[in-house]
Amino acid sequence: MPVERPTFQRLRALSLSILFAVVALAATDPQPVEAESSGQAQPLVADPVLEARVQSLAHKLRCLVCQNESIAESRAPLAIDLRNQVREQFAAGKNEDEVIEFLVTRYGDFVLYLPPFKPVTVLLWLGPVLFLVAGGGWLLLRLRSRAREPKQHLSDAERARAQALLAGAPAENEESGS
Amino acid sequence: MKAKFLVPLAIFLVLAGFLGYGLTLNPREVPSPLIDKPAPGFSLARLEAPGQQFGTEDMRGKVWLLNVWASWCVSCRQEHPQLVALARQGVPVIGLNYKDERDAALKWLKDHGNPYAQTVADPDGRIGIDYGVYGTPETFLIDRGGVIRYKHIGPVTPDTIRNVLLPRIAELSRAG
Repeated sequence: MPVERPTFQRLRALSLSILFAVVALAATDPQPVEAESSGQAQPLVADPVLEARVQSLAHKLRCLVCQNESIAESRAPLAIDLRNQVREQFAAGKNEDEVIEFLVTRYGDFVLYLPPFKPVTVLLWLGPVLFLVAGGGWLLLRLRSRAREPKQHLSDAERARAQALLAGAPAENEESGS
Repeated sequence: MKAKFLVPLAIFLVLAGFLGYGLTLNPREVPSPLIDKPAPGFSLARLEAPGQQFGTEDMRGKVWLLNVWASWCVSCRQEHPQLVALARQGVPVIGLNYKDERDAALKWLKDHGNPYAQTVADPDGRIGIDYGVYGTPETFLIDRGGVIRYKHIGPVTPDTIRNVLLPRIAELSRAG
């Protein structure tokens, strides 16, 4: 597997942040924070509106390391970096299309969960319609040709036997004697 | 229409053909949109001497390899002897030390040998993003005009060097 993650660095960063948290807790004054007393976690980000935009775009982008996760869900370091990129560019005033363009020029259409409509993806987008039309056409032809087939009527003998059966006569088994 | 019963069989064979072909592909190898595009420019601090800068402009006019590596990357260790061999053949290999710690990187080069003509540090992985790096090691072949001609994802093998890199390097060098 060519893909590596700096696990060691992550562990170190984690232990460092725990250390900082402990130090910060020890340094805070004993007065309880409002969010804490109401039992809610404090928002991790300064700007919830920006963060909502980042999250909404991040859900549409594929993480290239763990390919079945979006960069919003993935914990791979690359996903974290890309989320930071998205956040930075939004903060710098870029719109969603510009950020998508930035990522597509670097990672290709593969980063998009919704592939764009272009010559190579024509079959992808129109394939289902094609199948539907072909299947529908085949069904229509079948039904028409069946409608043209002459209806088979019962012969007099058959009709008499059917009526006898309906009237409750015992069925004679024609194929075997038992 | 006597052969009607063959229709499902034919559909099955076509499907099996496609699926079988899919099995031979490596989903990890995402084709880079950067092939045949100008290599993103950078000027970064040298790993050995952070006071000095080195960048793409310094390599203009040369056919060179950009190898993205890190000391925490196990596959980089695996490909390392190949890079050393390449460097010995006179191919300029520039190292992009990706999201690494300087001390660890320097120790790694000291322990395993240094194939890099220059190594620059990309501690926060920004240049890596410009190059669409998603898994180390990755190796880019860049021509005299600064255009990316080929990208190898994963460890470079002796086979890749013999059959892909060296022929392409020779071709690009001839092209002037």
